[in-house]
Amino acid sequence: MSAHSPIDQIEQPDSFAFDAESEEQIAAILAKYPPERKASGTLPLLYVVQKQMGRQTGSAWVPRVAMDEIARRLEVAPIRVYEVATFYLMFNTKPIGRYHLQVCTTTSCWLRGSDDVVAACKKATGISGFGQSSADGLFTLTEVECLGACANAPILQVDDDFYEDLDGPRTIELIEALRRGERPAPGPTIDRVGSAPAGGRKTLADSPADQG
Amino acid sequence: MVKVTVDGIVVDVPNGSSALQACEAAGKEIPRFCFHERLSVAGNCRMCLVQVVRAPKPVASCGFPVAEGMEILTDTEIVRKARRAVMEFLLINHPLDCPICDQGGECDLQDQAFGYGADHSRYQEAKRAVKDKYLGPLVKTVMTRCIQCTRCIRFATEIAGVPELGAVSRGENMEVTNYVEKALTSELSGNLIDICPVGALTSKPYAFTARPWELKRTDSIDVSDAVGTNISLQVRGSAVLRAVPRVNDAVNEEWLADKGRFSVDGLKHRRLDRPWVRVHGKLQAVSWQDAFVAIGRRLDGVPGDRIGAIAGDLCDAESMLALKDLMVALGSPNIDCRQDGADYDLSQRAYYTFGTTIAGIEDADALLVVGSIPRQEAPVLNARIRKRFLAAGRGGFPIGLIGTPTADPTYSADVLGEGPDVLAALRDGTHPFAATLKAAKKPMIIVGHGALTRPDARAILASAWALAVETGAIGAGWNGFNVLHRAASRVAGLDLGLVPGKGGRSAAGMMSGGVDVLWLLGADEFHTAQIGPKTFVIYQGHHGDAAAARADVILPGAAYAEKSGTYVNTEGRVQRSFRAVMPPGDAREDWRILRAFSEVVGHTLPYDTVEVLRERLATVNPVFRVIGGLDAVDAAALPGPSDGGAVLPAPFRPVFDDYYQTDPICRASPTMGECSRIYVHPRTVAAE
Repeated sequence: MSAHSPIDQIEQPDSFAFDAESEEQIAAILAKYPPERKASGTLPLLYVVQKQMGRQTGSAWVPRVAMDEIARRLEVAPIRVYEVATFYLMFNTKPIGRYHLQVCTTTSCWLRGSDDVVAACKKATGISGFGQSSADGLFTLTEVECLGACANAPILQVDDDFYEDLDGPRTIELIEALRRGERPAPGPTIDRVGSAPAGGRKTLADSPADQG
Repeated sequence: MVKVTVDGIVVDVPNGSSALQACEAAGKEIPRFCFHERLSVAGNCRMCLVQVVRAPKPVASCGFPVAEGMEILTDTEIVRKARRAVMEFLLINHPLDCPICDQGGECDLQDQAFGYGADHSRYQEAKRAVKDKYLGPLVKTVMTRCIQCTRCIRFATEIAGVPELGAVSRGENMEVTNYVEKALTSELSGNLIDICPVGALTSKPYAFTARPWELKRTDSIDVSDAVGTNISLQVRGSAVLRAVPRVNDAVNEEWLADKGRFSVDGLKHRRLDRPWVRVHGKLQAVSWQDAFVAIGRRLDGVPGDRIGAIAGDLCDAESMLALKDLMVALGSPNIDCRQDGADYDLSQRAYYTFGTTIAGIEDADALLVVGSIPRQEAPVLNARIRKRFLAAGRGGFPIGLIGTPTADPTYSADVLGEGPDVLAALRDGTHPFAATLKAAKKPMIIVGHGALTRPDARAILASAWALAVETGAIGAGWNGFNVLHRAASRVAGLDLGLVPGKGGRSAAGMMSGGVDVLWLLGADEFHTAQIGPKTFVIYQGHHGDAAAARADVILPGAAYAEKSGTYVNTEGRVQRSFRAVMPPGDAREDWRILRAFSEVVGHTLPYDTVEVLRERLATVNPVFRVIGGLDAVDAAALPGPSDGGAVLPAPFRPVFDDYYQTDPICRASPTMGECSRIYVHPRTVAAE
């Protein structure tokens, strides 16, 4: 039932070291906090770890050794980092696929057809349920709560990008594109700009700006 | 002070008190799970809901500050309904396994469910199940029972100073865990069992042993260290099943070190339960009479100065005084209670006691520790240092250590150096920490046995005292000079003068044939191979440890649980324990053995009852007249310990390597043996 598998059931790397890019980010992050309050850097540093793991291994997750390293950097007990990392679902405490498919199934998306998006994700990747990864290791499917883009429901977040106004076929298309190594432009997948009406402007059609 | 009305009762409580404290001041009992007087307020169980007049809804009283004129209602229909609802939620995921739960009978949830629980559950869905966690050989976990009050997390983080427990995941998936499968590295871990309000954390060695209502409770004193922790020995039949702490704010608050708590199973292993006499190199079981006659024959014609006696670390004051009186009667000046070779200046009690007092640590504002590792030598006292460290805030309680710490002290401390040269540097002001001590209003200095068991103990003691005087640690109304003992019997032994008389031999002097007859009263903490091969050894004690194996006559004595004894802790506080069980077999109380033997050799000791003996204790040293209290000493008026010559350059060494194996009882304890294997010798475990 637990969202986080017991630590001993996950194959953990033996070591973790921040690379140069991460070090640069860390320096910028820690500059924001007074030295005696640097524990506040826990969340941003966890992101740094996850990004680096994504860059280096193709699987954006936070191994335990990395949490220990964060604890050492921030001079807090390791358990304090474990607590934060396991509390927030944005941090993956076990390895995931290259593409993290996070489908919103909260009310707005659900009413607008998130069930189809879920079914399409499963069909296109061969994943049988939430929290699992595809056999080829490319995709991990996660069910998330409201992503705050209800006007463009249903929505699928791939890593950090929102793909909006999806339906079944367009979801499959998106996943196929990802499989080919492409990154389609994020945003609405139908004929609209941002959260503006589909098919162009519906009001203020005779506004002076248009006439001019 | 703030005036608050609780159920119509007007009480005055200090500013900043919580509503719960106000209710308690008014004599109202507020149910609670997460709130604990000695931990920070979490406010997450919601059981302590009360109604505050004009508040829109019930408030959690533990975290709700009082205000002038506040009216609190603790027993209204709203309060009862709210608490019932909280209880229903708590019981949703709590298993109904009370019949097989070790907490049964002393479970807060069980007790409070009696008051606020429903007669049936409305919950139909699947209950949560949580995988048990490994916390080491002492604490057993059944995490499905956890109600997530987070007391254990706060205890580990705040009191024990080992932030290894936490709550991972969230919501229904939240679990209290250490996340990594690793034993808790604390000498206070047993207290988790006491503070857990449910059966999630229970005692591993005590699992499925007894119900609390079957146990007879006897007040006793922990002898595993010199703190003098007040404990309650809980007994069924003839077996001590567990030791739990009693509350004594002056000494141990409500904590107990793991060695004192879990070594009780050593009381039933390797016991000496009948007298033995060595005949042709082999020990033979004999009667008391024969054993006494054997000793009497051997003593016949031996001059007094060829007889010696050493008292061990676990002895009660009564038996030590009887031993001393016997030695005096036999004409021997050779007696010692310092088997570790420690040296003190006995001219003033302040020179060998913890002058600040344990509670006094909370007033100190700087600390220097010389040759001691308080975390291992006195874990409960170390918790008090940590308490002061946390209360003082950042930089408010600077701590310097001289020595080689083997473990994290649980508070941030500067290691100033390894040897006595730092002490000299502090005195002449060349070390920067000297300024810290001088700037402090109430600095304290703790001198431990890493320093006092050296040949230059007197010189270090004198130097530390001088530093204390120079830095203002000794002054009007403040005594910041402390000797931290580690043997429960030591201060009593020194108070009774169990040190060599004029021309007498010390413990070391009695080795290598220094005496012909050596009487060991529970003395095991030295290498028995040092005893001369021709020396006739009488071992009077309770465990078949190293010295018993070397003995020519074994007299079975009583362990601390089996006698009423007087102990003096490191502060000099005289405390009394009571007999919880009878000694096994033919074993007897130690002072009675000495009294009986004295008759055999024609020097009958003048006491037939323990009352008369205690009267003699008070005659020998009046401190024994006051039980439990402490007299204030004006240390500033004292001249200081006499200087004992040159200081040696060698660094201070830890007093012992293995916290779990320091006396005959814990060496006989399977639980302590396992702790030693897991905590102190983990490599050998891994290799197996």
